[in-house]
Amino acid sequence: MFRSSYPDVTDRFRSPDAVIAGNPLERMSSASNATDVAVIKAFATIPALLEQAPELIVRGRFLDCECLLGPTGHPLHASIRAGRIVDLTPAPVLMRSWRFAYRASPAAWAAYWQPAPRPGWHDLLALTKRGEAAIEGDLHPFMTHLQYFKDVLALPRQHFAVAAS
Amino acid sequence: MSGYVEPMIGRYVHVDIGGEMHRIYFEENGAGIPLVCLHTAGSDARQWRHLLVDAEFAKHFRIIAFDMPWHGKSNPPASWNGDEYQLTTARYTETIRAFCKALKLDKPVVMGCSIGGRIVLNLAIDHAAEFRALIGLEAADFQAPWYDTSWLNRPDVHGGEVCAALVSGLIAPQGPQAARTETLWGYKQGGPGVFKGDLYFYRVDGDLRGRVENIDTDVCPLFLLTGEYDFSCTPEDTKRTAAAISGAHVTIMEQLGHFPMSENPEQFRRYIEPVLAQIVASAKATG
Repeated sequence: MFRSSYPDVTDRFRSPDAVIAGNPLERMSSASNATDVAVIKAFATIPALLEQAPELIVRGRFLDCECLLGPTGHPLHASIRAGRIVDLTPAPVLMRSWRFAYRASPAAWAAYWQPAPRPGWHDLLALTKRGEAAIEGDLHPFMTHLQYFKDVLALPRQHFAVAAS
Repeated sequence: MSGYVEPMIGRYVHVDIGGEMHRIYFEENGAGIPLVCLHTAGSDARQWRHLLVDAEFAKHFRIIAFDMPWHGKSNPPASWNGDEYQLTTARYTETIRAFCKALKLDKPVVMGCSIGGRIVLNLAIDHAAEFRALIGLEAADFQAPWYDTSWLNRPDVHGGEVCAALVSGLIAPQGPQAARTETLWGYKQGGPGVFKGDLYFYRVDGDLRGRVENIDTDVCPLFLLTGEYDFSCTPEDTKRTAAAISGAHVTIMEQLGHFPMSENPEQFRRYIEPVLAQIVASAKATG
């Protein structure tokens, strides 16, 4: 189970539904490839990486939001409170609402997290323009914190190349 | 070095645009062929500060960069009553020609980036004989929209933050962090609705498809340079545009995005230096 390591609020936001949803690595079909697995593992590291980026948390200090983030076929439900990801659970979570979703193909995430991403694979909106990602729902929290989301979702970049190799 | 004073100077020139006097701020350095530089939508002429102080270029060019009305230190005109600002093709063209006329520039070179690159194409279509050469950075006759501009100016979204965050992805990842930050600072400082108003020209009024074929590069040479990381005006957009223009020079710039002159001035210099050298050589050849 992917859980934020942030100690004070993890339990408060723990949902039994999330437990039922299970680990996406276990739920993935046998057809899933190594890239899919690496991307999902990388997403699991984001809450802890965010905790190590206090300047990013400060930028998100006015943000409370439920959203779906991750690979298109295996998104994660992220609960953000005051700029911190206090819960990251495989979606769908039973009857839990979300405001917006940003989902991209595993190949897109793998490309986005390269140390020097290729042109057209280097930005969340470049990915949507090329059809490798989609934004859905109420975009307001995403747009009010656009650079925050770009930077949060880029956090695995420093580790992904090593992890995927 | 503390106390170092850069060689460029900044002044205001009063320019008649559409029958009304505008107080236009410009900076300049150097002597020789006038080289007028146009900033991108929603920013200002500070983007050109590195080119302006380039000692080699300043030997051959009078490098000039001005703030469009509503941008930087060029205020809106006195008649503005707060109505929505919208830049049009006609107004943009008129502004550039009026500025050049006010400074009595003799056959200047005009180099513009983004919307400045687009309007350069319009200058080439309709007024080529007035210019020595035209340079379009991140220029195309049209490009597909990739976001809804209504997000740029609404009371429940911080305009400066969202404008900067939208364009941040257009900067190549290889550039210096300080240059990236400075480029985005220009967007954070824009007036409310100005970026959106500039994009009216870019998105709605300035579609030049079907017109660029009329450009005669024998009358005025045309150079198009686009950064490989620009996913707004992509290299393919520029190449498609150039394919319709006989004699247009095209360069795709590596490790650069939509703001080459400000996001990575050193890398940009490698690409613009040969273009400016060619213009100087041509000027010498023709006397």
